Amino acid sequence: MTLLLVQLLNGLQLGVLLFLIAAGLTLVFGVLDVINLAHGVQYMAGAYLAVLGAQWTGSFWWGLLLAAVVSGGIGLGLNAAVFRPLRGRDHLDPVLATFGLTLLFEEGARTLFGPAPLGMALPPGLAGTVGLPGGLQYPVYRLALLGAGLGVAAVLWAVIERTRAGMLVRAAASDAPVLGALGVDVGRVFAGVLGAGGLLAGFAGAAAAPLISVEPGMGGNVLILAFVVVVVGGVGSVRGAFVAALLVGLCDTLGRGYATELLRAVLSPSAARMAGPALASMSIYVLMAGVLAWRPGGLAGGLAGGLAGGAAGGRA
Amino acid sequence: MMRQWLACLILLAPAAVAQPAPPLTVGVLVTLSGPGAVLGQHARDGFLLALAQRGNKLGGREVNVVVADDELKPDVAVARARRLVEQDHADFVVGPIFSNILAAIFKPVTGANTILISPNAGASTFAGKACSPNFFVTSYENNQVHEVMGAYAQERGFKRAFLLAPNYQAGRDAIGGFKSKFGGEVLDEAFVPLTQIDFQAELARIASLKPDVVFAFMPGGLGVNLVKQFRQSGLADTIPFLSAFTVDESTLPAQKEAAVGLYGSMTWAPNMDNPANKAFVTAFEAAYKYVPGSYAMQGFDAGQLIDSALKQTGGAVDDKDKLRAALRRADFASPRGAFRFNTNGYPIQDFYLVQAAQRADGLFETQIRSRVFHDYADNFAKECPLQ
Repeated sequence: MTLLLVQLLNGLQLGVLLFLIAAGLTLVFGVLDVINLAHGVQYMAGAYLAVLGAQWTGSFWWGLLLAAVVSGGIGLGLNAAVFRPLRGRDHLDPVLATFGLTLLFEEGARTLFGPAPLGMALPPGLAGTVGLPGGLQYPVYRLALLGAGLGVAAVLWAVIERTRAGMLVRAAASDAPVLGALGVDVGRVFAGVLGAGGLLAGFAGAAAAPLISVEPGMGGNVLILAFVVVVVGGVGSVRGAFVAALLVGLCDTLGRGYATELLRAVLSPSAARMAGPALASMSIYVLMAGVLAWRPGGLAGGLAGGLAGGAAGGRA
Repeated sequence: MMRQWLACLILLAPAAVAQPAPPLTVGVLVTLSGPGAVLGQHARDGFLLALAQRGNKLGGREVNVVVADDELKPDVAVARARRLVEQDHADFVVGPIFSNILAAIFKPVTGANTILISPNAGASTFAGKACSPNFFVTSYENNQVHEVMGAYAQERGFKRAFLLAPNYQAGRDAIGGFKSKFGGEVLDEAFVPLTQIDFQAELARIASLKPDVVFAFMPGGLGVNLVKQFRQSGLADTIPFLSAFTVDESTLPAQKEAAVGLYGSMTWAPNMDNPANKAFVTAFEAAYKYVPGSYAMQGFDAGQLIDSALKQTGGAVDDKDKLRAALRRADFASPRGAFRFNTNGYPIQDFYLVQAAQRADGLFETQIRSRVFHDYADNFAKECPLQ
């Protein structure tokens, strides 16, 4: 029973990490109607910056701050260099441009820091474990990550639903030309959204850096999972992405934890051992297919145009 | 008139004889981009060190090195290997790192009667029926490294093991290799996707099953993630962690303190106590500013192997039978100590339990703890028809 609770906690915690990554992606898509394939390298940049910042200053927290701020800056730079010049063009143009940037950034990281993975230590205050009832230990940092992710979700919700800036963002998402006609500088709203998207990606990368290996290809794996989250949640919906991220995290963790055991009930042990891992790694895609069959627009029910964009992103 | 010609001929003849032989061409085909690049970097640097120490000569002959990147893509590797053999007329090809690349380039290189020396990939396929007289391995046959861990777990008397590997062929081979020498109970075999980032679900199961020992094969970034999270979960203090290709000099710079105390298996470690190894490690660290891993040592030995063979043939490579016989003798001082070739071109050598540790200068390396196998040959050599 304790094991199940721990696995649920693990699932939630993975889900929250996925939400941090997917939130920026879906926000940018919802408002600008473009797919930002460079989101993965912004996440990577966040992780590298956190490692460097922690090395320079000796403190994890300065590294985190540096990563978030510079990644936000990268978001603004992307807006100026790619999205603004390509505004109004076909969906595929920004996809290709950001794909090119992905290659550039990854090769740049490899040239600057070498192909070997980097690592960073946990912040000293969060390095230990806490005992759970039943004798299992749980790392404090992961609980902190869970808390931070929920905090970010709450702040995002509050900003989007309760502030004037959030109102402009929502208005830009539903009809940017009309918002422009009302005298609002839509370009600034777009820039702000890309900056926020970059900041979220950088924060996610920096927060994940003590847990994982920081290496040039790290954004790619995560971007695929983030796409699944965005599509399941309904493209463009931050609230949908939150629910979807938790679902995907739970589904993946429980699948890995229990698929083999469940299959043993119906298959021979050796067949279950072969099929279990395969089923576990498929589980989130099965979840995605199921959700899309039930609600073709994702959990939050996106628009037809949004769906087409999501499919294009999946192919790229 | 004729006499003048003859006089000229006599004058010129010694010069023609003294003409130095044209430089030898060695192709180095390893993975230098993508997630496996660090292994290729080790092997390449090791080979180049062997060359630099001999004044850019092997067996007294000037060497022209062509370094190519296989990009860890079999189709790219085949194209590059063909170019090395057909256009660059390489006399030797040193490579590759990964077994799937070896499968791709094996025929194009050995089939052209070019000598292929693998500084890492040691697929069982080419140790058995499909062996070739033109193929030599300076590493090991892949299964052996996992067998070492299984034998050690058995020797220590561990009864209940939890096994962890990525869900692909090499991962299943690793688990098979471990189990072939381990007689205890296998509580579970967790196969994870190659792209897995978070190991928390597996770690929670390990914590609840409380095995006597964990065995993991998690190469590259997977290993970095697993080791850090294993340490953070507090399990590293209570459960012995045995591994293959999970804790080594290619991943330790990222794992750092998290890996200290964890075990692996290898034929060598940087702290091995013999003069050849001390000289190798000192020279390598001075030249490349990082701690060499087994991949570097094996690349270095590939260079030493070619050098030793050419010394015996007087620099000649045209008589392939003579060249192959000279290579088979492996007459050089390997940093790993005693080293000889089996009939299939794979080594017969010792295997050790190694443990990650921090050195006095703050850098991390694996260190020899005990010898597990002595003069250990792979299980496939008897299927190889070569004598």
